[in-house]
Order: sequence, then C-alpha cells, then structure tokens
Amino acid sequence: MTALERSAWVVVCERQDLVAGGGVCALLGNEQVALFYLPQEDCEVYALANRDPIGKANVLSRGIVGDIGGQLVVASPLYKQHFSLESGVCLEDERIRIPVYAVRLDGDSVLLAQP
Amino acid sequence: MATRRIVVVGNGMVGHHFLDTLVGAKTGDLITVIGEEPRPAYDRVHLSEVFSGRSPEELAMGSRKMYSDWGVEAHFGDPVVRIERAAKRVVTGSGRTFAYDRLVLATGSYPFVPPVPGADNERCLTYRTIDDLGAIKAAAKGSSIGVVVGGGLLGLECANALQNLGLETHVVEFAPGLMGVQLDDGGSSMLRSKIEALGVRVHTGMNTQAITGGSACALQMEFADGTRLDTDMIVFSAGIRPQDALARDAELAVGERGGIVIDYKCKTSDSDIFAIGECALFGGRIYGLVAPGYRMAEVVAGQLAGEAVTFQGADMSTKLKLLGVDVGSIGDAHCRTEGALSYVYSDGREACYKKLVTSADSSRLLGAVLVGDCSDYDTLLQYFLNDMALPADPQALILPASGDRPQLGVAALPATATICSCHNVTKGDVVACIDAGSVSLADVKSTTRASTGCGGCSAMLKNLFDDELTARGVTVDRSLCEHFSHTRQELYHLVMLGEIHSFEELLQKHGRGRGCEICKPAVASILAALWNDHVLDRRHVGLQDTNDNFLANMQKDGTYSVVPRVAGGEITPAKLSVLGAVASKYQLYTKITGGQRIDLFGARLEQLPAIWQELIDAGFETGHAYGKALRTVKSCVGSTWCRYGVQDSVGMAIRLENRYKGLRAPHKIKSGVSGCTRECAEAQSKDFGVIATENGWNLYVGGNGGMKPRHADLFAADLDDDTLIRYIDRFLMFYIRTADRLQRTSVWLDNLEGGIGYLRAVVIDDSLGLAAELEQQMAHIIGTYACEWRATLADPDKLKRFRQFVNSDESDSGVVFIQEREQIRPARPEERLRLVAVSE
Ligand code: SRM
Ligand SMILES: Cc1cc2nc3c(=O)[nH]c(=O)nc-3n(C[C@H](O)[C@H](O)[C@H](O)COP(=O)(O)OP(=O)(O)OC[C@H]3O[C@@H](n4cnc5c(N)ncnc54)[C@H](O)[C@@H]3O)c2cc1C
Ligand code: SF4
Ligand code: FES
Repeated sequence: MTALERSAWVVVCERQDLVAGGGVCALLGNEQVALFYLPQEDCEVYALANRDPIGKANVLSRGIVGDIGGQLVVASPLYKQHFSLESGVCLEDERIRIPVYAVRLDGDSVLLAQP
Repeated sequence: MATRRIVVVGNGMVGHHFLDTLVGAKTGDLITVIGEEPRPAYDRVHLSEVFSGRSPEELAMGSRKMYSDWGVEAHFGDPVVRIERAAKRVVTGSGRTFAYDRLVLATGSYPFVPPVPGADNERCLTYRTIDDLGAIKAAAKGSSIGVVVGGGLLGLECANALQNLGLETHVVEFAPGLMGVQLDDGGSSMLRSKIEALGVRVHTGMNTQAITGGSACALQMEFADGTRLDTDMIVFSAGIRPQDALARDAELAVGERGGIVIDYKCKTSDSDIFAIGECALFGGRIYGLVAPGYRMAEVVAGQLAGEAVTFQGADMSTKLKLLGVDVGSIGDAHCRTEGALSYVYSDGREACYKKLVTSADSSRLLGAVLVGDCSDYDTLLQYFLNDMALPADPQALILPASGDRPQLGVAALPATATICSCHNVTKGDVVACIDAGSVSLADVKSTTRASTGCGGCSAMLKNLFDDELTARGVTVDRSLCEHFSHTRQELYHLVMLGEIHSFEELLQKHGRGRGCEICKPAVASILAALWNDHVLDRRHVGLQDTNDNFLANMQKDGTYSVVPRVAGGEITPAKLSVLGAVASKYQLYTKITGGQRIDLFGARLEQLPAIWQELIDAGFETGHAYGKALRTVKSCVGSTWCRYGVQDSVGMAIRLENRYKGLRAPHKIKSGVSGCTRECAEAQSKDFGVIATENGWNLYVGGNGGMKPRHADLFAADLDDDTLIRYIDRFLMFYIRTADRLQRTSVWLDNLEGGIGYLRAVVIDDSLGLAAELEQQMAHIIGTYACEWRATLADPDKLKRFRQFVNSDESDSGVVFIQEREQIRPARPEERLRLVAVSE
C-alpha cells in the first residue's frame, strides 16, 4: 500500500484487541464505531456505527453476531433488532439503516477509513 | 405515462398511516403531504401521557427525515385553504399551489365548543393538539381549580390531566351520565363513583348558560338551574366535529351534521378525491377512533396500488384506562336490540361492574360493558366480532373466576377472527399463508406482518400456527431457529452424549449457518449446565446474551446494574455499609429489589471491574441477576424471631441459595422459604417454594409471579432437610434437561405430559431410573461453582473487554445522568438535548 493510500486510513487497534466472534468499540474522531471480528468470513472485520437507533444507546458492539437467511448480522443487545453487517440495514424495518465504515486489516493492524 | 401525483392534506395519525402504507406498496407515485400543524404526525391517542411525564418528542410518528427517506415531499405549518377541482390543484395559506392527480383529505376533526356567551375567554381552552397541551399547562400554572366541560371519553382523559397538574378538578356534563355513548346506566354510575373516589367532582345534567369573569376565581360558570361554579380555567371537550371546510367550499358532498361523504372505496363525490379518518362520513357515521381511520387509509393505499379493497365499516368497541379505572365497551352496550337479554354482575366492594347483552336465545353476544375490571374484554370481543356461539351459561363469562371458566382456544375461532390488530391480520389470513406453503413462523410473520407491531399477539399467533400444522398432520417444526432443527431438549442430549464443549463443534455436527442471538445463548446455557466452564471463556464469550456478556444487567442507556448476592436476604450491618460506600464512591443509584437484595445502577462498562473488586474484597460474590440461573431464595424471618415460626426459614433459605447459586437453566429460577403457613416469603409464587410445618418442610413446585402468575403445586409434604434437598436437586436437573428455551418451571410443568403425577414418579419414585444421574450432575455443578466475577477479575484476558473503546480511555459521551430524589437517573431525550445545548 502506498503512503498516500494509507493516509486516508487510520489505525484504530490491533488484531489482538478484537474479540473473535464478537464486537468491540473504537473511537474514530468523535464517532463510536463497532468492530466485529469474524475470522472465518471473507472480510474478517466489519464496522458499523455503535449507536442503536432504536434503543437509542451506544451499544451495538455488545450484540451477538450471526446470520439470518444467510446475511451476516448483529442483534441489538437492547431490543434484538438485527442490523446487516454489510449494509447497516435493519432487517425488521428496512427504512432504518445505520452507517457502515470502510475497514481493513493490514497485517495485524485494524484500519478504518477517515470519513 | 407521467408519474401520478398524489397530494395528502393533513398529516395526523391517519394521514401518516396512509403515507406509510402507500410508500410500502412501492407504487412509484410522486407523493406530497401538507400539514397545518407545525410538526410531523404524532400519536394523538397517547397525548395525555405528556401530562404524566412523557416528552412530546416521544409521541412522534413521522419526521422530516423519515419522509425524505421515503421520497415524500412534506410541508408543515401551512394549511391548505382551497381545492381547485377544475384545475386539479390545492392552494395553501402562504399561496403555494400543488397539482394533483389524486387528492387524499385526512384533515381529522376539531373540538366542538358550545355557543355559550363567554366561551371565547382566553382561559377557555380545548384539547386536541400538542400546542393545546402547552396552553393547558400554562393556564394551569396560575390556577387552583379547573373545569372540564364534557364527560365523555376525551373529557375524562382531560380531567385526569388536570388532576395530574394538581388542580381541583370538576367535570361538567350535559347528559345525565358519564360516557353515555359507550356505557349503560349501571356502568356509568360505577365509573362515576370510582372517579369521585379519586377526588374529581362530577356534575351531570348541567346546562351551561354563560361564562363570566368571577371574583373568587378568574371565571364563573352559570347553569340553567341557577347554580354557579367558580373556576380558574375551562377545557371544552364536548365532542368533535369533522374538519370538512375545504370539502364544503369545493362543493363536495358533506353530511347534514358535517363530515365528508365517502363510499366504500373511501371516494368522495369527486372520484379523484378521497377522504379518510375523522373527517370522513361513512354510512352516516363519523368514526372517532384511530383504528377505523387506519383501515380507510389502507383501503385507499390498496386501491392506488391496484387492489380491489373496500371499507366495510368498523367496530367501535373500546377498552381504556381512565384515571386508572379500566373501562370497556363492546357493541350494543345499551341493550337496544329487539328482544335482547342482559346479564349484570356488580360488586360494590371491589367496585366492578360487568354486563353482557345477548340475543333473545342467549346464544350470541351483542354487547358488553366492563367497568373496574377489563380482564374479560379480549375474550368477549372475540365472541362478539366473530358471532360465535356462547357457552350454555353466558353469565360464567363475567362471574368471578371459579376455576373452570370457559376459555376460548384458537381452534374455536372463526376465520374472520382478528389475530393481530396492529396489522389487521385475521385467522383466515394466517391459515391461507400456511396453505400457500409457509412452514415456519418466521415465514408467516414476514408474509402477513402479524406480530410485527406491538407484539401483543405473538403468543396467540404461535398457538394458531402450531395448531394449524398439527391439524394438517405436519409435525410441528420445533426448531430452535434457522440454524438448528432441534428442540432445546434434543440439543441438550446431543451435547451431553457427544461430549460437545463448544458452540462451533455443535454447529458443525448438528447445525448449519453461523448461529444467531437465539441459538447462541441457548447453547451457552446448555454448555454451562453440563460442563460449568466460565461463561466469559474466549470460546463462549460471543455466545452470551446481553446481560451475561458483561456479567451485569444492561439498562436502557447502555450502563449496567450490579447485584451482589445476599443469600436469603440476610445481610450484616458491615456489609450493608460496604454497599453504601461503594455506591457513594461510584455515584450509583441504589434500590432494594423485589428479590430481597440491593441493586446498584448506572455503572459504566469500564467501571464494573473496579466496583466488583471492592465488593469481592468485602466478601460479596456475584448475584447472577444477569443470568438464566438461580436468582434469589427469599426468606421470612422464621422461628428464630417470629412468634409463629416453626422452623428456621432463614437458615434453610441461605442453605438453598448457596447450594444452587450459579446453576444455569433454560430460564431464571427463583425460590422462597417461609417459616409457617402464613407464608410471608411468598414461596408459593416461586419455581420451588418451601414452607415449614411442625414436622419438617412442604415442597411446592412450578410457581411463577411475573406476566402470568401461577400458584405452585404441593409436591411433597413433611420432608426432613436431606430429603427436601434431594428432591429439589432431582427436580431442578430434570427441568434443566427437558425444558424448552426460556420456559419457566410453571409453563414447563403445565406442558409436561402426565403433569405433577408424572413428575412425582420421576423424582420421588425414580420411575425413569435417572435419580442417581440427576443428583450426580447437580453435585458436579455445585462442586465446580466459582464466583464468575472473582474469576474474571483474576484474568487479564477477560478484563480487557471491560472498556468502552479499544483505542481510548474515554467513556461513552452518550450516557447522561440527571439528579432526582438525591440520586442519579438516565436523562430523558429532551433533557439530554437541553444539557448538550447548555454545555456547548
Ligand atoms: C431489579 C428487579 C426489579 C426491582 O427493582 O425490584 C427486576 C428487574 C428486572 N426484571 Fe424482574 N426484577 C426483579 C424482581 C422480579 C420479581 C420478584 C421476585 O423475584 O420475587 C418477579 C416476579 C417473580 C417471578 O419471576 O416469578 C420478576 C419478574 C420478571 C419477569 C417475568 C418473568 C415471568 O416468568 O413472567 C421478567 C421478564 C423475563 O424474565 O423474561 C423480568 C425481567 C427483568 C429484567 C431482567 C428486565 C430486563 O431485561 O432488563 C430487569 C433487570 C433489571 C436489572 O438490571 O437488574 N422480571 N422480577 C428485581 C430483581 C430481583 C433480584 O434481586 O434479583
Ligand atoms: C386526547 C385524545 C385521546 C384520544 N384517545 C383515543 C383512544 O384511546 N383510542 C382511539 O382510537 N382514538 C383516540 N383518539 C382519537 C384519535 O386521536 C383520532 O381518531 C385520530 O387522531 C384521527 O386521525 P386523523 O388523521 O383522522 O385526524 P388528526 O389526527 O386530527 O389529524 C388531522 C390533521 O390534519 C390537519 N389539518 C386539518 N385541516 C388541514 C388543512 N386544511 N390543511 C392541512 N392540514 C390540515 C390537522 O392540523 C391535523 O394535524 C383520541 C384523541 C384525542 C385528542
Ligand atoms: S416490572 Fe418491568 S419495569 Fe419493573 S423491573 Fe421488572 S421488567 Fe423492569
Ligand atoms: S397486535 Fe399484532 S403486533 Fe400488535
């Protein structure tokens, strides 16, 4: 990766800070980003806004991840609505969609794209 | 063809529901909504809750953002003042024009103010909008007496509001009784006495002649009988009138007493213009409730989407809580049908009144009135709506429960019975959906939308679904979820016999996909019940449900509560002081729980380890308030102190609580031990309850408080200590092995084939030859008990997760507290906005 490319990305933590099969939360500027680490999946790491727009609290990183009808999702720990890890769309109400962040692993570093 | 332009006038509840439905139908129309009120649609039905603390924001149904996401153009605070039918456009107060192909009028209604001289005084108000609320609150500030004119549904709600605002409240009604439309004389007078007992003064049969400035108070009302009433403010709630001015000016047909005339397609006399909700007159009638308005909205949206749907009128039965009094009215409450019979049950002491109106042969329900106790409303409504044959003794339906009161099962319901009232789904719709090939409940839900609103119908829907499949000879799919086609009980055996120790292994061998929030915690609980590994071990941590995940109970704002174990409710003064000191140090809210212990609320994720370290240093251990596990064993003080006690109930409660603490189960387990038959520990409402006798202990099982209380059954009498414990060991382990996910012992026992007799055979007579194994397994769990918090604190790897951010020590700025009664509480949304605004 070139220096230029890398400058748009920020290292937020290392692989060992992640929890396999679950989530943690990182700060990106002022924004709370939920990082889900699924080592068996194509992308390995998925990043969504940490705020649950239905429960209205910053908790999505603490939800259970899994799949519903083949779609990777996290279930809100508050009221259990599912949000797609890939698109941020709420499966129970498609009109609700939470921000998704570009994320990638570079070696053992976890990088988020600066919005 | 050019895109169709649809213009909606009025953004009230019905207008909003129309937009929601039409957008959902994806017709591709260009939709515009124009509302007179300055804000998007809100929940008018729950307006009064603002007086008891709910914020107006919480009532919001629509928002500018939502509408723009839907692609709907929305304008607020600018009423439509003219419809130009020839040009097919509408004009607003500020002069903007909007062309339409189809126009939908959803202008609602306005409060009727009787033409009494003086009624235009500025202290005379009405009650319909959020702005009205503000005006009422403001007027109440300088007032000590308030009068509501109108003793109907809305008037009484308004009286409740004035009462909440601390005013001496009067209700003045022209008719001889309260809620005359919905209630008969008996119900009405019962309601009156209940309301008067709450301090509201009721004046019926009063004809207001004039309102003048008063000397004692700001206003004085004069009545036709010469009496007078001093008051500081008046709210008129004397009925509603349809908002039909636009239609009138545009020469659409309107009713004699108002209302825009519509046909069964909800079309007005101009076939490009529809009217829905409270402004519409259908079959000579205005429907002043929200549900019929929703049906009209769906009918119009359906037609625009090309469906042949019609409005057939709607039922006006109502159930509500007025000033804390339950009131229900169904159908012909006044017994006006020719030849109808009525059955009345009235209990002055309990202050409840119930009436049934039936056909002459007492085979059909025509109407009902319920005041003081509405628990029979749902059953009666099903009889009424579905025209079902009543039981031979209809009176049994309203007499106090006698044990064998007729229950209405789903199988008995006709196809037209409404299962889900939020989405208007009937039994027939569900059956058709199954006929069309739906084999899972999830399928039925997503196809019919049943049970996706308030959720109140989910139990009925599940029963119906299971019933239908069984009737078709299909083995009911009892799959845990889409990842396992097994029941919890089957999974338990697979894990036990296959000696499976992780979720991945089980999924690989017996499941598919990746799992979800249903199967993961269920399997975690099975693994814990069998092997008792720490729940936060790396391989189990991702499986844990919300509260287990951080060994604390998550609260609405994402903070946690901390509940140390206080076995049997016995606590030393020194430990009590520690709880006080820890709570003060970390500024936690403290409360005594319903389980005889103390809950510390408002701990942030990153504070949990430090708080627990201090508690554990002082000798506390985890209370498992977060787990599907043993919670508390409540005790009464027993023979040690109490002059009636016959055994040491506190000692036994502590022994039992310490024995079973940490035991993971399909659902939580609670217990209680009472020292004599007076039963102060409420043991008979527990999963297992123990009551002292002269000769030992009586053991009760299958009790439940909560949503559906059930008294425990006496399982065995006069047991000595050791036998008592042996039976409880076996009972609990048998429950853990065989119950469904999230099934309390009460429901489990009710569904256990052979019931309590079978259970006694298994536990007492060892009919399955399992007793030794069950005891052994319990011994393993007890032997491997470790306080989960102590183990967590000793393990840096587990502790790492207890921080808000992986890359910062900051805490969650979304958590904001307010002081109330000298303690903290989470800020409400509007307070949060204010605080943020101030701090910026
Ligand atoms: C804290 C407490 C209320 C209080 O302030 O007193 C409480 C709080 C909650 N109860 Fe409870 N219940 C509390 C005593 C009770 C009792 C009374 C008792 O235990 O004697 C009952 C009725 C008795 C019973 O269970 O049979 C009770 C019946 C429920 C139910 C309904 C269970 C049922 O079978 O119908 C739920 C919902 C559920 O479990 O699905 C529930 C669920 C909850 C939850 C977990 C709701 C939630 O998901 O957040 C609350 C957790 C709050 C927290 O963070 O601690 N709570 N709850 C009480 C804690 C007792 C304790 O020391 O552990
Ligand atoms: C306090 C209270 C309690 C209630 N409780 C219950 C209950 O328990 N159960 C129940 O079923 N019903 C209840 N109702 C009745 C329920 O609120 C109404 O049936 C429902 O709101 C009707 O919806 P609507 O959209 O037809 O009218 P509304 O909700 O009144 O909406 C009409 C909207 O159109 C706007 N409008 C009017 N004219 C124009 C114009 N020319 N241009 C633009 N906009 C215009 C109005 O400002 C208003 O915002 C209650 C009502 C009140 C006030
Ligand atoms: S009764 Fe409801 S609100 Fe009260 S603690 Fe229990 S679950 Fe929470
Ligand atoms: S009644 Fe079915 S979801 Fe509300």
